[in-house]
Amino acid sequence: MPTFAERLSSATRSKLASVQGYFALAGRAIGFIFVRPFYAQDFVQQMDKIGVKSLGIVLLTGFFTGMVLALQSSVQLQAFGISSLVGRLVAGSMIRELGPVLAGLMVAGRVGSGIAAQLGSMRVTEQIDALNTLGTDPIKKLVTPRVLAALVMLPILTIINDFVGILGGNLISTLMIGIPTSQYWRTVWEQIAGDGFLFRFIPNDFIQGLVKPFVFGGIISISACYFGLNTTGGTEGVGQATTRTVVLSSILILVVDYFLTQILLSMLSP
Amino acid sequence: MTDERRKEGRRISERSEEAARAAIREELADREPQPKTGDESVIELDHVSLAFDQPILEDVSFTARKGETICVVGESGTGKSTILKLILRLLVPDRGQVRVFGRDITALTFTEALEVREKMGMVFQGAALFDSMTVFENIAYPLREHTDLDDDQIEQRVREKLEFVDLDPDKVMEQLPSELSGGMRKRVGVARGMADNPQIMLYDEPTSGLDPLTTGTITLLILKLQRELGVTSVVVSHDIRSVFRMATKVAVLHNRHIDFFGTPEEMAASDDSYLRDFLGGY
Repeated sequence: MPTFAERLSSATRSKLASVQGYFALAGRAIGFIFVRPFYAQDFVQQMDKIGVKSLGIVLLTGFFTGMVLALQSSVQLQAFGISSLVGRLVAGSMIRELGPVLAGLMVAGRVGSGIAAQLGSMRVTEQIDALNTLGTDPIKKLVTPRVLAALVMLPILTIINDFVGILGGNLISTLMIGIPTSQYWRTVWEQIAGDGFLFRFIPNDFIQGLVKPFVFGGIISISACYFGLNTTGGTEGVGQATTRTVVLSSILILVVDYFLTQILLSMLSP
Repeated sequence: MTDERRKEGRRISERSEEAARAAIREELADREPQPKTGDESVIELDHVSLAFDQPILEDVSFTARKGETICVVGESGTGKSTILKLILRLLVPDRGQVRVFGRDITALTFTEALEVREKMGMVFQGAALFDSMTVFENIAYPLREHTDLDDDQIEQRVREKLEFVDLDPDKVMEQLPSELSGGMRKRVGVARGMADNPQIMLYDEPTSGLDPLTTGTITLLILKLQRELGVTSVVVSHDIRSVFRMATKVAVLHNRHIDFFGTPEEMAASDDSYLRDFLGGY
């Protein structure tokens, strides 16, 4: 029977091998973006699945988050007599943090699990082996289009999420707090322009808001493809792959968000 | 256990062995003469050993010559499908060489291995058709990937292959794999495997889970491919009746080794106790 030290060593080796496999998959998937043949049709299909079909859930979460942000912040700001700054707070929170993180978490739940389940099913029904035997690299055919589509669509979904959230805040501040729409949007602009611009026309707030979803897109798609392609144990394995994808993606999104914020704040602060 | 029970058990076992031998004699009597095969070695496993957590194959060697159908049989879990994965270079042996058309494929890079696989067609146990694609797209897939054929030529080739496997192209081309029966899926799998006119066909349990009539159809299809197109095949199967009908040679895998390699006639005549038990128990 193996000793505790042997078990620990074996478990550590296995975890390290998984991490290595994860980054190797990411490297190959990104490397294949620049290698022929390009699976353009698969890429467009994945943009539709990841982006267009996630629009509903992103609009819903964005709108309600914006509304609740306006409602909560108005109570706090009223105490200091500055409830007119609600727009500024909603815009800052949505663009820098909540837009990217919420879009990322929503897509991880909806799309990440779907990708893991699809690739996992393909693995257990030997379709991945079939691709290999037909002379196709499964990473190039299946992973690269999904990663590329997620890298493109997550920032787009985040922009929409930000806008809808700010719109939700506008609705609440006009109807329930009594702030005129023009004043709300003026404070929103002050927030966007207040932290300065990159190359004179790209607001720094937007840089933070767009770098994050780009990274989150990579995390979600690579995690989903990694667990999907490494599925073992039949249908039960497919279930485990989807659960692991959602758990790992969500944790990584939150952890990476903190470190990215640190890095971006130090880089972008005047 | 009482003596009566033991005697009854022996009687049942002898009766089933006798029935199995009668079926084998019948298959051998019905067996058509094998077509002339070439001397050129197409697939060669040379002292191949492979282990994962425990040894799977040890010192396995056999050769498939041009036009031959080699059937690999053995008990479940003895590594029969692993042999196909080694030939496809989805796995690399720990020791020994796997040569395809004289070239050692164990040392190839991943990309080079993809090129070698283009010369092979594989039929999986569950057909492994891409379930998001129609029958047409499934069969057209290798043609779109590896040939310069235009859309009309691809459609013509797909129709030709579907007709070869006795399916009506107009009825099945636009269907999804989930709309087909098990036997039809297997036949579409064969059509996809042979779409790019490979010189080697590999079959993993092509008749498992099929009714006797469909089993016969698939067996005849494998024979047709060998006789009409001269394809070299390796078939992993549990179905001894089909094996006796289509094999040029049979490889029996037992305890990680090839226990027997020879013609079905030699196998049936063998005095080896394991072979007798194996054939008697099927």
